[in-house]
Amino acid sequence: MDFPIISSLIILPTIGALFILFTKSSNSKYQSSKYVALFISLANFILSIYLWLIFDKSSINFQFVENREWLSGFINYKVGVDGISILFILLTTFITPICIISVISTIKHRLKDFLIAILIMETLMIGVFCSLDLIIFYLFFEGGLIPMFLIIGIWGGERRVYSAFKFFLYTLLGSVLMLIAIISIYWISGTTDVEKLYEIGIGEQYQKLLWLAFFSSFAVKTPMWPVHTWLPDAHVEAPTAGSVLLAAILLKMAGYGFIRFSLGLFPLASEYFVPLVFALSLIAIIYTSLVALMQEDMKKLIAYSSVAHMGFVTLGIFTMTQQGIEGSIFQMISHGLVSAALFLSVGVVYDRNHTRLIKKYGGLVTVMPKYGIVFMIFALGSLGLPGTSGFIGEFLILMGTFKKSFLVATIASLGVILGAAYILWMYKRVVFGEIIHEEIKSMKDLKKFELLILILLAIPIIFFGFYPEPLINSIETSVTSLLDNYNTNLTQSIAKK
Amino acid sequence: MENLEIILPEIFLSLIIMFLLLFGVFKNNSSKLIYNLTTFSLIIIFALLLNLYQVSDLSIFNNSYKVDSLATFMKLLTIGSGIFVMLTSSKYIEINNISKMEYPILILSSILGMMVMISSNDLIVFYMGLELQSLALYVLASFNRENLLSTESGLKYFVLSALSSGLLLYGCSLIYGFSGSTNFNIILENSNAGQYGITFGIVFILVGLAFKISAVPFHMWAPDVYQGSPTSVTTFFAVLPKIAALSVFIRFLYVPFAEMNDQWQMIIIFLSIASMIFGAVAAIGQKNLKRLIAYSSIGHMGYALTGLAAGTNQGIQGSISYIAIYLVMNLAFFSCMFMLRRNNEYYESIEDLSGLSKNHPLLSFSLLIILFSLAGIPPLAGFFAKFYVFMAVIEQKMYFLAIVGLLSTVIAAFYYLRIIKIIYFDKEKEKFETDHHLGLKLTLAVSTIFILAYFIYPSGLTEIVSKINII
Repeated sequence: MDFPIISSLIILPTIGALFILFTKSSNSKYQSSKYVALFISLANFILSIYLWLIFDKSSINFQFVENREWLSGFINYKVGVDGISILFILLTTFITPICIISVISTIKHRLKDFLIAILIMETLMIGVFCSLDLIIFYLFFEGGLIPMFLIIGIWGGERRVYSAFKFFLYTLLGSVLMLIAIISIYWISGTTDVEKLYEIGIGEQYQKLLWLAFFSSFAVKTPMWPVHTWLPDAHVEAPTAGSVLLAAILLKMAGYGFIRFSLGLFPLASEYFVPLVFALSLIAIIYTSLVALMQEDMKKLIAYSSVAHMGFVTLGIFTMTQQGIEGSIFQMISHGLVSAALFLSVGVVYDRNHTRLIKKYGGLVTVMPKYGIVFMIFALGSLGLPGTSGFIGEFLILMGTFKKSFLVATIASLGVILGAAYILWMYKRVVFGEIIHEEIKSMKDLKKFELLILILLAIPIIFFGFYPEPLINSIETSVTSLLDNYNTNLTQSIAKK
Repeated sequence: MENLEIILPEIFLSLIIMFLLLFGVFKNNSSKLIYNLTTFSLIIIFALLLNLYQVSDLSIFNNSYKVDSLATFMKLLTIGSGIFVMLTSSKYIEINNISKMEYPILILSSILGMMVMISSNDLIVFYMGLELQSLALYVLASFNRENLLSTESGLKYFVLSALSSGLLLYGCSLIYGFSGSTNFNIILENSNAGQYGITFGIVFILVGLAFKISAVPFHMWAPDVYQGSPTSVTTFFAVLPKIAALSVFIRFLYVPFAEMNDQWQMIIIFLSIASMIFGAVAAIGQKNLKRLIAYSSIGHMGYALTGLAAGTNQGIQGSISYIAIYLVMNLAFFSCMFMLRRNNEYYESIEDLSGLSKNHPLLSFSLLIILFSLAGIPPLAGFFAKFYVFMAVIEQKMYFLAIVGLLSTVIAAFYYLRIIKIIYFDKEKEKFETDHHLGLKLTLAVSTIFILAYFIYPSGLTEIVSKINII
């Protein structure tokens, strides 16, 4: 057997977390814990880059598959990657060190626990993206609730308890239905192995109910309108690093789940429910953009913009076209980078001024010129200006949508305009204008580490905006095979009728 | 004579009880010694049982006493948790002045009663075991006789339990009257679904048993008794009688009345749904940890019964796995409660946990793991317990039961989260003492590691349990 590279990716952060748990720092600054966490997360990032390099992009099969007996006789521990999941793994391993840098320089209170929570989170998130068994997927998917609950609850803002509870109970409620569906699939098909399920398919009569059960979980996690209300609360109260993890990676789990499971396992039901998803996505795009326009809290505004962006993602996935799905994946990666950067940018001024209210700012550009520039890049990335990664994603999604329905695409395009409106208006009120508040004058420009992490995020946003080829290249074969599988399923069932 | 060696553990236990009783009467101030001897003899019995584990499916005393894989496994669970209960509570009973020589002896007698219950294949033997167990428990509940709550709980438990025993006995006599025998296997041959007497008998016996495992609507005693009894006894209450009662449930339903499952299935489904929902909802408002754990155990019994409702071997195995994991979680939880000690006083209100994580990071971490596991969040052991049960339920296409069950876990998650919130998010209070004795620390460490690392090798338990095939 080859070197278990995927399992190493999964286990490595946990080993780091255990190491931090059992080392006692001699001083109160937790120097060693900081270095261990940073080192482990960087090692994981390098490992995932290596994985990406040796990954065969022309193959439609899952690669580096590991299959071990786990729950004897009926469930195997099976992990592997294809072109789609590898991008999300890269995103995770890229965002985690950034979170860790941000945490070690801003959090003073119980830093060690925070680092452990982030590393455990990384294990679980990578696990979600590479598990090839539904039960294993569920374990990782749900396990993420525990560290996230603690991150929001311990290091969060004033209403952290309320937000943490809301986050936990909402997602748990959605997920238990998925658990029932997963167990049902086991009894219907005799396996929960995703690859085998792709081959044998699931009976037509069961698909709709099972799809709905999976949908209930993914819709809460995405989040789709009307079950998105936990997200603004969670984001506002979570500490900066928590918001980054939540927006950049946790939300992507659901989008990934839609592609891998809803489309892959239940093609007929997916086709049947397209109007439902389109309607909810459009409401999300238009309604939450309008809501975002009215926000006074910067984090809340970005949170609502996340809902709108994820609306584009679900729209793209359910167009069932090559462009739509590729666009959605691209949009998820891009949104992962952009929203992480936006939350970090808000974190920068919050650390200085201890408020997130837009009206408390204004005229930042005169005191913080560097900040003005990087924040501008991310604002433009968020609204999808050509030349940033946000543009490619939205463009491909809209292209796919036009193929499917002219009306839907037109309405969705309105969302792009609204997206530009709320983000630019916020930018204008925060960065430009006269300095009204005295305390703004004493604010210092970006520190070195802040500049470092923001630039690290800006590079891929601009790079992939001009040259999206590496990403598209990686997902192309996998998406094609997914759609082939989907279309053959559809034609077969039509032929039967 | 028949092969008496298969009941060697029971014989040994009875002899030990008599010996310790005499020893305690004739030697003054020997309570500490007796306590240790008790723990030691439980370990010996555990070893004897392990030795029996290879023996499969033997019966003795005219087929009224069975030693099969179910019985041996459940006895191992009982004795094993008995050992841990003894290990955890030695300091508690000393401090609370209930370290009398009768205490361990009563525990031993009730364990003997449980072993008889678990092995019984006959209504009379079963009733004998049940009464031996219950009588010892009545006394234990009111053992702290200077405490008003403890005396009250003992009396309450006695009155209600006696009533339920009466119902149970009435059910036994009905079944005897209509089938002509008290032996489970002969009842199976003689009974048929048409006889109403048998159906009534089943219902009465189920009521009695439901009372013993505190399933809704026969749960009323549980919160008061749990709260009133000394915590060491509550630990005992929360775990051991449930194992015994569940094995009787299994044997009683699946040996004589397996073919009449359409008659009793609805009752079990009702009991489990009612317990799951009630346990989850009623626990939300509780302020006392012991009371809260009483409601939580009502809910957990609902899940254990869910597996029995499925009516398959898979379901039975699910229930057994559930109870095995449940007892580890409960032992771990009570070990934590024994650690909440300050100036020789034990604290048991939820508010006392406030901000625990700042002063006692390891204890809080254990509690965090235990509580998330009780709530059934993956990848902790508690999730697998629920997973096994619902596997069996969904196999039988009982989707309603599965949905209600899993939705009530969401409600239940709320009150577990509330405790975690108090531990981790609230302001800290005074420190608790940290000089705990080895047995307590050991129990907590072993059980927490079991809960946390269960997912690495889940096959271990399933392989053992899958050997138990009743149907």
